[in-house]
Amino acid sequence: MSDAPVELRYASSHEWVRNEDGLITVGISDFAQESLGDVVFVELPEVGEMATAGEEIGVVESVKAAADIYAPVSGTVVAVNENLEDAPELVNQDPYGDGWFYRLEVEDEAEIEELLDAAAYREHCDSEAE
Amino acid sequence: MPFIPHTDEEVRAMLERIGAASIDDLFDEIDPALAGADFTTLEDSVDEMTMLAQLAERAAQDETGPCFLGAGCYDHHIPAAVWDIASRGEFMTAYTPYQAEASQGTLQLIYEYQTMMTALTGMEVSNASVYDGGSALAEAVLMAMRASRRRRNARSGVAVAGACHPLYLETAANIVGRQGIRLAPTGYLDDGSADLDALAAMQPAAVIVQQPNFFGVLEPVDAIARWAAENDVLLVAVANPMSLALLKPPGEWGDAGADIVCGDGQPLGVPMASGGPSFGFICTRMSLVRQLPGRIVGRTADRNGEAGYTLTLQAREQHIRRGKATSNICTNQGLLVTAATIHMALLGRAGLRRVAESCHRKAEQLVQALTSIDGVGRRFAAPFFHECVIDLGQPAQAVLSEVAGSGIVGGLALGPMYPELASCVLVCATEKRTDRDIEACRSAFQAALRR
Repeated sequence: MSDAPVELRYASSHEWVRNEDGLITVGISDFAQESLGDVVFVELPEVGEMATAGEEIGVVESVKAAADIYAPVSGTVVAVNENLEDAPELVNQDPYGDGWFYRLEVEDEAEIEELLDAAAYREHCDSEAE
Repeated sequence: MPFIPHTDEEVRAMLERIGAASIDDLFDEIDPALAGADFTTLEDSVDEMTMLAQLAERAAQDETGPCFLGAGCYDHHIPAAVWDIASRGEFMTAYTPYQAEASQGTLQLIYEYQTMMTALTGMEVSNASVYDGGSALAEAVLMAMRASRRRRNARSGVAVAGACHPLYLETAANIVGRQGIRLAPTGYLDDGSADLDALAAMQPAAVIVQQPNFFGVLEPVDAIARWAAENDVLLVAVANPMSLALLKPPGEWGDAGADIVCGDGQPLGVPMASGGPSFGFICTRMSLVRQLPGRIVGRTADRNGEAGYTLTLQAREQHIRRGKATSNICTNQGLLVTAATIHMALLGRAGLRRVAESCHRKAEQLVQALTSIDGVGRRFAAPFFHECVIDLGQPAQAVLSEVAGSGIVGGLALGPMYPELASCVLVCATEKRTDRDIEACRSAFQAALRR
């Protein structure tokens, strides 16, 4: 059973969001990293780029697959995790910590509320795993 | 179990889903004249003797005299060893030999090919080849648009600086037009080179420049590369690999070099063969490698620490990314790349350079000979490599037909592609043209022009 911390919000496309007063950190869930296998490359957005909820913003590539990552909410990219360039394995080792992808300044905090909570996300993962 | 991919019912359901009435509807963009080929007049079979006689008759229609036609396909000498080695069964008859456990020879050869192409172009990485120069340009444009999609914003389209091969542009426009990408020519100056002012007035996402350009003229590539770098425009170079033995590699143009280098590999050991097949190459920077389409072979170490070769960066490709793959390129030109690799290995750096130098000298000699005829002159003043536009002062197509009558393939009439150059012919001389060939060409043109 993969881990999904209760203090986070989740998109059905498997990104997690940690909200700190409208500044959010985004990564991919434990379920996502486990499904992908060993991550070998992450294509991140550029700082200053505008993100639109539900649209592609990067790519995560593993030894067996490459998957798009989507912006869970709209906003402006204010930071990206440059450590992933040399150490993409952080995504597997610590998906909710050192394996974060980027930070967004959110346009509308209400969008965050529309994301799944941990319980709903776990249910979503169970249904996908079936 | 029989292999039945789709039942009638499934086919119906799929058509209904996408709103097409029949499978034929999916092919409605194909000219009906092409789709309706009639094969019923063909005999069911012919014996070998008859078949060989028929083919010999067709082959006799080839013009076999001295060839001064270039325009993308060049008459270079190919050492006999090249195709003798490339024709070995291990290279010639193996089908998709990319399984690392079984195909170390082919994989190593492609790795060496990629290494040679990066050395020629001055770039960091090469793929294992694509179909030909035109498809290489199309893929390079798609690649540039993917790579610049984030910063593109209001920018749209791809500028074409100067005279790029019209058939490459047609092929590329046909492929990228389906994705809404427009290729915008910016014209050429009176000396045959690219119009930098017209280019500077545009805000394209990428710019294409061919060096030497379609007229054989050397473009001001350093200035174009600097403009592209300053304006955050990706630079796609189309290069003749033979010319790269002599000219500055695109990776060194300006201050930052080209971003993507593509072209046709035919000059490297591939016979003209009535126009094909050929192979296309694409090289780029490591920072763009994940946008590079097609197969890439990498070198790694096996469990015993021995060097081994394998396809790499496969996650970009269609068997994994499906509809989101970097391209729908499914293959490479393995056999022709094999020949090119052997060709380059046999000639070496110095040998390729000598061939390129010889081409340039012969072309100068040819131009001198032709322009010694009254009323004949160079159309463009800019320096050239091994091709040059000659103005005959009268409709070129008719003159060329006369010249063909004396057994000489005199060049390409430019009128059909450039109406303003209807009196001009694009001529080429390679290292194979002798003094006698050049004199025969001059005298054939002189006789034809007198009539």
